[in-house]
Amino acid sequence: MTVNELCRRLDARLTAGANGADRSVKTGYICDLLSFVIGKAPEDCAWVTVIGNVNTIAVATLADVACVILAENIPLDQAARKRADENGVAVLQSEKSAYALAAEINAALGI
Amino acid sequence: MPPLTFTYQVPGDDFTRAGEASGQLKRTLKKIGFNADVIRRVSIAMYEAEINMVIHANGGEIEAQVSPEKIEIWFRDQGPGIPDISLAMKEGYSTAPDNVRSLGFGAGMGLPNIKKYSDTLEIDTELGVGTTLHVIINAE
Ligand SMILES: Nc1ncnc2c1ncn2[C@@H]1O[C@H](COP(=O)(O)OP(=O)(O)OP(=O)(O)O)[C@@H](O)[C@H]1O
Ligand SMILES: [Mg+2]
Repeated sequence: MTVNELCRRLDARLTAGANGADRSVKTGYICDLLSFVIGKAPEDCAWVTVIGNVNTIAVATLADVACVILAENIPLDQAARKRADENGVAVLQSEKSAYALAAEINAALGI
Repeated sequence: MPPLTFTYQVPGDDFTRAGEASGQLKRTLKKIGFNADVIRRVSIAMYEAEINMVIHANGGEIEAQVSPEKIEIWFRDQGPGIPDISLAMKEGYSTAPDNVRSLGFGAGMGLPNIKKYSDTLEIDTELGVGTTLHVIINAE
């Protein structure tokens, strides 16, 4: 499933990095501690977090995740938006909780 | 052929610029044609060390020497130094202040990540003088 398709399934908004939204998503991961994500997130995952600064995008690139999903309507700051567009890191936004998103990602991916 | 040398200045307390040196070297290594795994390991080690300089040491200087066999990097700062290296290397140990925790730092996983993704990690530190990390990543 592509990031674009997942975005529709979750009823989320694609807020930055649209040029990365045709990547394929294999699984999900939830964490708000950046160095944890670097060391442990599986590649090609949809990474759900409430951290929306430029380091989120740097870490998304390092961990090679498929996309970032900001839960609970957490905003993406200006520097992060710019970096996401430059690096082609798709960022989705949703008003749902990380828990609700995880359940829906599982259902969407058939995990 | 002597190794190519690159140096970067890392400003203290500027989290919006953090990761920039890592990103620059990454682009250089891509152009040279290193394989993706080597580039990934260098990028991760460098990002973590760079962020540590910003958060814990008020910035510093990075010197990278790139040769076909290995990428060797020195991270030098004039910060407070590390009182207990084995404690600092422990997964989960962090003295990160609250203001940076709210940005997502402070897992206490940065140094363990550097160790995990590099082939050699040496830490030379003196209280009140500063810290130098020496990292080597073999390119086979
Ligand atoms: N350059 C440095 N100068 C002084 N102290 C440092 C330096 N680098 C690391 N430390 C000390 O070592 C501890 C562990 O570092 P580590 O990178 O593993 O975790 P962290 O930076 O606290 O959190 P994280 O990297 O997971 O966001 C730090 O909290 C700090 O006390
Ligand atoms: Mg750290």
